[in-house]
Amino acid sequence: MNFQIPIGPQHPALKEPIGLRITVEGEIIRDADIRLGYNHRGIEKLAEQKTWIQNVYLTERICGICSHSHTTCYVQGVEKLMELETPKRGLYIRMLISELERIHSHLLWLGVAGHEAGFDSFFMYVWRDREIVMDILETISGNRVHYAINTIGGVRRDLDELQVKRILDSLEVLRRRSQYYLNLGTTEPSFVARLARVGYLSREDALSLCAVGPTLRASGVPMDVRKDDPYAAYDEVPFEVCTAGTCDVLGRTVVRIKELFQSYNIIEYLMKNLPTGPIAVRAPRRAKPNEVVSRYEAPRGENLHYIKSNGSDKPERLKVRAPTLGNYAATIKMLKNGFIADVPLIFAAIDPCICCAERAVALIDARTGQEKIMSLKSLKELSLKVSPTTTRKREIEWPL
Amino acid sequence: MATVNTLIYLIIYPGLLFIFLYSTFVEWYDRKLYARLQNRMGPTHTGPSGLLQPIADFFKLMAKEDITPERADKTMFAALPPFGLAIVSTAMLLLPVWNYSLEQSSLTSFNGDIIVLLYLLSLPTFIFFLAGWSSTNLFSTIGGARVLTMLFGYEVPLFLAVLSPAVLADSWRLAEIAAFYRQQPALALVNLLGFIIALICVQAKLERTPFDIPHAETEIVGGTFTEYSGKKLAVFRLMLDVEMVVAAGLIATVFLGGFPGGPILGLINFIIKTLLVVFFLSLIRATTSRIRVDQVVSFAWKYLAPLAVLQLLIVIIVKGLIS
Repeated sequence: MNFQIPIGPQHPALKEPIGLRITVEGEIIRDADIRLGYNHRGIEKLAEQKTWIQNVYLTERICGICSHSHTTCYVQGVEKLMELETPKRGLYIRMLISELERIHSHLLWLGVAGHEAGFDSFFMYVWRDREIVMDILETISGNRVHYAINTIGGVRRDLDELQVKRILDSLEVLRRRSQYYLNLGTTEPSFVARLARVGYLSREDALSLCAVGPTLRASGVPMDVRKDDPYAAYDEVPFEVCTAGTCDVLGRTVVRIKELFQSYNIIEYLMKNLPTGPIAVRAPRRAKPNEVVSRYEAPRGENLHYIKSNGSDKPERLKVRAPTLGNYAATIKMLKNGFIADVPLIFAAIDPCICCAERAVALIDARTGQEKIMSLKSLKELSLKVSPTTTRKREIEWPL
Repeated sequence: MATVNTLIYLIIYPGLLFIFLYSTFVEWYDRKLYARLQNRMGPTHTGPSGLLQPIADFFKLMAKEDITPERADKTMFAALPPFGLAIVSTAMLLLPVWNYSLEQSSLTSFNGDIIVLLYLLSLPTFIFFLAGWSSTNLFSTIGGARVLTMLFGYEVPLFLAVLSPAVLADSWRLAEIAAFYRQQPALALVNLLGFIIALICVQAKLERTPFDIPHAETEIVGGTFTEYSGKKLAVFRLMLDVEMVVAAGLIATVFLGGFPGGPILGLINFIIKTLLVVFFLSLIRATTSRIRVDQVVSFAWKYLAPLAVLQLLIVIIVKGLIS
């Protein structure tokens, strides 16, 4: 017997609203469908009304976890538009924050994976150690989530000797703990039984469905923007691109833990070779008419900003392609022929950030399934047609 | 006087009041231990060290709005929680703590009471299944189906593991089995394998990690309990607590030599030994992750059942040697 299970828009496995409709036969998934659009915030439109510098703080709020990823991606693009040369020390501090962010994001993911698999002790331990990174971020920037360290032309806060020492000391603890999690995550039998051979995504599928980040690397494709198209000063820092050949959730876990170690090495290198000099240069108010595409390796995968300037102090267009969006197509593929029990794990394994990925609203008629994109003009007309006095009927029937 | 005694027996000790207080205490102990194992504080707010938290939770749930789904089988939906609580409370009365006299058999201690106790412990599983099924929610239905699927896995190993000490003691009466192992403590070591199997199976019966599949939060929301709220949910939660005490008591009776020493010392023995068993159950809960329902069944039949048969064989051989 086939029946459909609605996972979302509200479900304990989902931290943000998204609709996953899953057709199951007993416990086995036969088909899956993703519905987006519950969390659209109109950030791109808002960006067109803000100045270049205001937009740094706006892009920071695209995502709560990779907040630094979005600002760096944006700031890099704007610096290219304004033809600014960012000082070395500024770049190093920017890279330091981005690696710390990667560590905190990966540790967060690791805990969530434990929770989704019902391994709550793992979740509690990992999140306890994540506090170390959060504390470092707080001592550097004053904030735990939105660091607000980027500015056009460099960074806003400098490091002193004491902070450098504290970061290096914390790295030792983190290395030891991560080694423990690597052992635990790959040897605890009940945990491995839930991760291994779950959510299979072959190398070919991963490439053809344009998966990004750890999802892609766990399918054995060594693709990383930091290596392929180095930004900031990543061409000076020695590090490896971590991959796994198992193509499953276990592989994605291993890739993320291995990346933690690479990040520790990068931070150690950055701290020991921190150049002296200024941390930022002064940026002009306007940018010449031009367009630019900026790429950045966020913890979740490749982040892409397209920025177009028209000579004014505001961007004409800012287009954000968050990494989660690149992984949705692959998720459908991974979900098929799995178990219901694996849905939260497979979905969590792409490390979804739903509000990052919400970009356009498409309206789908609940009865006919017809799809249409509304223009601003027709939305305005519609809003004028519905006056506050007319009574509105509840139009949606459940199940959709 | 006899009527008053019976009423005290049923309502105060070892009846409902004691069952309520002790099972909530065991819930607190389990929660606190689980929390400390996870580097958390656990309950701290209500009472000293949060001791009254489970009771506070119970009364809070009692006061909450009670919703019955429109399409549910309303009589069944409402009848199941009190029915389940009655079943596990009855099972509690069969434990040889309050009927320590070996000479005469009574209504709560007779030859064959171990079978009755196991039967009464099987019924809650069906209660959960029916609860899931009668609420007609998709998640509840899946949860109900999972309850039954799991039952096919752990029930046979549990019965084999619990009954093999009885075979060695040559009795079907809980009090006599316990007395047998008190007289010959060395023979209790023979049942070590059965003890471990029984612990794992009880964990599955109580639906705790790694077997919390029927109400796996991240997969099927509340599972069997998705539609339950207010008083009914409170009674169901109490029922799970009582079931844990009964199951721990059963294991302590059969494998750990029961609760000797009359009314007061026996009760102290009961508390210490059940807490020991619950300690092991919490340890399992804290150190594993939830497995899939198909993995439960294959694990039970590939490992637990053959090992339980092996335990039975060992018992038969030892019995031949000592007689």
